[in-house]
Formats: sequence, structure tokens, C-alpha cells
Amino acid sequence: MYDAGKIIVGLIIGIGLLLFPFYYNAGKAAKAPEPQLTPKAKEAKVCVAETSYMKTSHMHLLERWRQEVVRGGERYYTASNGKVYYKSVEETCLDCHSNKSKFCDQCHDYMRISPYCWDCHIAPKETK
Amino acid sequence: MDIDRRKFLKIAGLSAVMGIGGKAAFELLAPKELEASLREVPLTQGKKWGMVVNMAKMDDEIMKRCMEACNRVHNIPNFGDPRVEIKWIWEETYEHSFPGQEHEYIGEKYLGRNFLLMCNHCTDPPCCRVCPTGATWKREDGIVMMDWHRCIGCRFCMAGCPYGSRSFNWGDPRKAPKELNPDFPTNRDYPTRSKGVVEKCTFCDERIARGQIPACVEAANEIREGALVFGDLDDPDSDIRKVLRAHYSIRRKPELGTGPNVYYII
Amino acid sequence: MLDKALKGSATYWGWLLFLLAFIGVGFGCYLYQFSEGLRITGMSRDVSWGFYIGQFTYLVGVAASGVMVVLPYYIHNYKAFARITILGEFLAVSAIVMCGLFISVDLGYLPRVMNIILYPHPNSILFWDMIVLNVYLLLNIFIGWNVLSAERKGVHYPKWITPLIYISIPWAFSIHTVTAFLYAGLPGRHFWLTAIMAARFLASAFCSGPALLILLCFIVRKLSRFDPGKEQIRTLGGIVAYAMILNVFFFLLELFTAFYSRIPEHMHAIVYLFFGLEGHTRLVPWMWGATVFAVIALVLLIIPQLRRREGILAIACGSVIVATWIDKGLALVVGGFIPNPFDRIFEYWPTTPEVFISLGVYATGFFVLSVLYKIAVSVKEEVAA
Repeated sequence: MYDAGKIIVGLIIGIGLLLFPFYYNAGKAAKAPEPQLTPKAKEAKVCVAETSYMKTSHMHLLERWRQEVVRGGERYYTASNGKVYYKSVEETCLDCHSNKSKFCDQCHDYMRISPYCWDCHIAPKETK
Repeated sequence: MDIDRRKFLKIAGLSAVMGIGGKAAFELLAPKELEASLREVPLTQGKKWGMVVNMAKMDDEIMKRCMEACNRVHNIPNFGDPRVEIKWIWEETYEHSFPGQEHEYIGEKYLGRNFLLMCNHCTDPPCCRVCPTGATWKREDGIVMMDWHRCIGCRFCMAGCPYGSRSFNWGDPRKAPKELNPDFPTNRDYPTRSKGVVEKCTFCDERIARGQIPACVEAANEIREGALVFGDLDDPDSDIRKVLRAHYSIRRKPELGTGPNVYYII
Repeated sequence: MLDKALKGSATYWGWLLFLLAFIGVGFGCYLYQFSEGLRITGMSRDVSWGFYIGQFTYLVGVAASGVMVVLPYYIHNYKAFARITILGEFLAVSAIVMCGLFISVDLGYLPRVMNIILYPHPNSILFWDMIVLNVYLLLNIFIGWNVLSAERKGVHYPKWITPLIYISIPWAFSIHTVTAFLYAGLPGRHFWLTAIMAARFLASAFCSGPALLILLCFIVRKLSRFDPGKEQIRTLGGIVAYAMILNVFFFLLELFTAFYSRIPEHMHAIVYLFFGLEGHTRLVPWMWGATVFAVIALVLLIIPQLRRREGILAIACGSVIVATWIDKGLALVVGGFIPNPFDRIFEYWPTTPEVFISLGVYATGFFVLSVLYKIAVSVKEEVAA
């Protein structure tokens, strides 16, 4: 191998840079936040779908709603228990979960996700 | 109003329930009742929505109210700069609304008089034809709709629209000067738009879905009934059809074959 | 063969660094545009396409013109062009790269650009333009690269390349035809609503592209030991001459239809461009400048004795490029929007960031061009040696 020394040094530097985020953040693991429920949400007990489904797949549901409302003009959602909801993040979701910062943002921040919904849609003012 | 009195009362009742406490009212209804109640609302059942601007009944005050109502309901920012203005409903003089129609002997009654302009919701809309993503399309009820989630901002539709009815968000509407937009956003239940997408009048699709008439028509009616008539052009008994039967009307640039659905009674 | 691009003279590296500087400035300006929106450009609700789309249109023409060296060689067996087909193909590649970048910087919402593929709408000409341009790019990369590496090895290029070459010929016509259809099918934009638009585009492409290629051949000859050839350049000069005559002829046809019919909408944009309307005269000097350059180019090109002198041919080619660039890169797009649908006049002029972004795109294109030409010319030198 030509220039073995240079290559090995280069490799070490390269791998070191690659691993930088790991040792930079080592020992600083942040605790996963728990979404908090408002009294109204607690009282309702059920969301528009199963809690387990909502936990993992709320974004897919919202995306489907968005598609159905904007493109299909279908604005009402019938839940499995027969209840009808108006498909709207601001008017339906955030009506119960009026604590956006504690219910949504906290976890999104933790996951480094910034949904661009709020570039346009306006979250209702939070009552503290 | 494009609906008879009995139907109107039903709508008024329903929209009162929905308009204010929207979803709450719906939660009270079982699914079947909901469908039944919506079927009763003629405003959600249009086949070909259209508008008549009756200039015989229109005046500057009504036009101003119509524009204000639309701007408020749809969070339309004011940049204070005609180059980047967002216009859903706006006024323009006769000779610029109907270029080529003016002549040297025209009366002062028309020349320089403002007309109320908006998207024509064309029967064969060139904007929808040219859109590469389907972000704008013709709905079955005749509304030329916009999907602001899908628009890539190529502005082909703006080149395609012969009516100047499309506006591009050259900048972020939330960064519009505060002093010109003290209460922005004025309607928290309606989104603002992101920079880089095209927008336009949607005949208040969000209000029609709830059985409410478009905001501009509602505002005009408060001052004078019939200055703006909104309704289903497919229904021979609708008020809009009656008005069009009774009066001579013109449309903007009909020679282009786009089939504009906004009519002007001069 | 890529290694050829990594061994060059100080001039070569200096030139690339120079281009990189422009790319950097352009990229910085683009980041500014990306965060602030297109309001930092000179475009408005009335003139909603401007400099970017103008450059895009012009460069589609440059890309299409690659066919002017490919066609005579492969269809008419004009052997002399074998030496320079690769230059035409690589010019096409870099032109398409610039086209793609100009479209990208013009989009209001670039992160969503894949929506064109995710939600395809074949009724939109833009959808087809995306397809023909990308396929043309791939065709030229594949053909150019394979033919060049075969030449390097001293063998005939692989058989499967032949059908691609034949496809690439009508394909070149298609890219500029489809690009013309972007404009020529819009109701209410009378300046563009003309059946001869695609023909005009092709004529202007087939003079401006080969004119640029001739100038590039002169540069290659000066900077390397590879000579594209006297005969080759002379034949290209003939092509430029005929295409420029057609280009001007087609434009005169437009003038006849507009001014003999005297339909106001058909005349307005042309009057605006050459004389100004209601005191708005921003493009008037440019249009007369283009006219002067076009006349100079025609005189120098039509007289064979002049055209055959290489120094004069270079001047003629420069004039062709300037004239066609003003016509297509500046006036065509802007003119279509003036007057606006309300018969009102709002003018357009690019802003400084807009120009720097455009320069950045051009620098990127020339970077790609320089690297590709470096490879091609090195291979040619190697084969000759």
C-alpha cells in the first residue's frame, strides 16, 4: 500500500469526525416527555380513534383528513363508535387538546420534528 | 339570495348552530341525522356554482364591504404594494375590467366606474389545465379549488389565467407590515398561506360546506339584496338563473372559451 | 475517464475557482431568496415570470442545438463532425443542468418539487417538459460518455448506443417544441399565442447554440492541442447563417400578422418592446440593441467571403448570441406579461440578488461544461498522441 501512513491518519480523522455527534452528546440524554392531557381531554376519555393508534399514527390520520377535506370536500369524520367529528386540527383536535405546547410541541421538539402545519394553520390561543 | 324562503330558514337555523359552535353541534348529531340534515341544505348540493354582479344595485360602499368581508374571513394580508398584492375579490374600472369594450362615446356612468372582480370559476379553466401537480382543479360543483399543501409555486396558473385572478405569495403573509395589518390573522379558524404558493377566491368553499353563502355575498346582502347573487347555475329555478333570464348580462373575455361563471349586469 | 478532469494546468484550476466563487455568491443569494421568498426578485403579480424563466427558455435552445452536430454526422454521414459531436453533446448536458437549476430557483416551494412526479398531471405542459428535458439529459450523458470512452480505447462504441443516438435527434426537437408549448397554448397571452412559436424557438436555438459552439471551438483550439477543425467550424458557420435567417424571417412573420391585422392585443406587446407603451420604455433600448446585433450578424453571415474568415465569424457568432439572448432570454417572457390582463402596464427588471443567483446558475453550468470539455479534450489529445 502506498502512503499507508497518510491513509491511516486520514481514516482516523475521518471516523473521528463521523462519530463527533455521539461523543459530543454522550451522557446528555434528554428524558422523553410525556404528553399531558387537559381536563377536557381526560373527561372525554376517547379520542377520534384508539389511543394507541393516535400515539403512533396521528400524523397519518391528519394527512388523510387534509386530503379528504381539501380535495374531496368531505369534512365530517365518523369514528368507530359512531360519533361524528368535524375534520379540523384547530377546531376539533386542539379544542380538546388546548395545551398545544404540552401536548404536541414538547414531544415534537424532543423528536426534532417541526410539522409545517403551523406555517399556515393557526393554533388557538392556549389557556393557562 | 339563491334559495327560497323556506329553505333559507333551514340553512339559517343550521348555520347558526354550526357557524358559531360548529363541531360541537355536529357531535350532537348521529351520523345519519347529520347526512339527512346536510342533504336538506341546498347550499351544499350545488352542481355549478356561479355569481351575478348586478351593477344596477352595486355601489362603492357595498364593494368595499364585500372586499373587507373576504379579506377578513380569509386572512388576506396587506403588503401596501400593488406588485405583491393578494387579491381574491377586488375592484377595477370598467375599461380595465372589460378591455377592448370601451369606446370614445361611452358615458361617464360607465367609464371609470369600478366593477367587482373575482375568480370566474371557469367552466374550462386554463389554470387547472396547466397546473403540473393538480394543486388547482375543477370540483364537481364547479368551484375552481386550490390545494395549498400541494402547490409548488411554479406560477404556470398565473400565466394561464386570462383574468389576473391568481395571486402568488411573494413573501410570508405573516411578515406583512404590522401597521397595515394590526389584527392579522383576522380569522383564526382559517389558515394563512405559506410563502411561495398561489392562492385565489374559492367561492368560500369552507362556508358552502357548512351551508353558508360566500362572505362577499353575505356582506352585500346586509346592505342591499341582489347586488351579488350566488347560486346554482344548473338549477333552472334558482335565483341566479331567474336574474340571468330577466336581465342582459356580460362576462369577462368570453371569446377565450374559458366559460367564466361570473356574470355582470350593467 | 473522470481522472482527466483532475489533472489540469493552473489556468484550468484558476478558471474553476473563479466559477466556484460565483457559484458561492449565487448560492448565498439563493439562501436569502429561500428564506425571504421570491419578493426579493423583480417579479410581481403582473410579471410573474422573469429572468429565471427567460434564461431557462434560452438554455433549452442551447441544449437542443446539440442536434445540429449530431444530425449531420449520424444521418447524413457527414464525417467531419465526428470530431466535435462530443462537444455538442456535452454543451447540451451543461445547458440542461442550467435549465433544471433555473426552474428550481424559480419555484416558490422547491421542497415540494417532487409533487410533479408524485401527482403527475399529463394535461400540464410543464409535466412533459420535465420528462423530455430529463430524458434528453440522460441520453446525452450516456451517448457522450460511451462514445468518448470507446474513442479512447480505439474501438467502435457499443451497439446499444446506436438506437439511443437516433432517438436523441427527434428528442432534441421535442425539448424545444414542448418548451414553446409552455407559452403558445395560453389563452389571453397574445404575444405568446402564436402557432409559429415552436418554429421560432427552434430557429433561434439552431443559430444561438451552434454560435456558442463555434466560440467554444475557438477557445478549445487556443487552450489545448486539440483542433476541432477548420471545415467543422466553417460548416457550423453555415448552419448558424441559415438558422439566423429563418429566425429573423419568423419574427417578421409575427410582425406582419400583428400589424396588418391591427388587432390591438397582438400589437401591444410588440409596441411595448420596441417603442414603449404609455411612457414605459424599459426594454426599448435592449430591443433596438438586439435589432442592431441581428443586422450585423446577418450581414456578416450571409456574405460567404466574410463568414469564412474565422475572426469575422467569431464576431458574427457573438452578435447572434447577444441578439437571440435579448430576444428570448429577456423580451420573450417579460413581453408576454405586458400589458397585463387588465390592459395595464407594470414593468419588470431583475434585482441584484436575482442577477447574482442567475450568474451562480450560469457559473454552475460553465463549471460542468469546463470539466466535461476538459475530459473530452484530454481524451482527444491522448488519442491523437
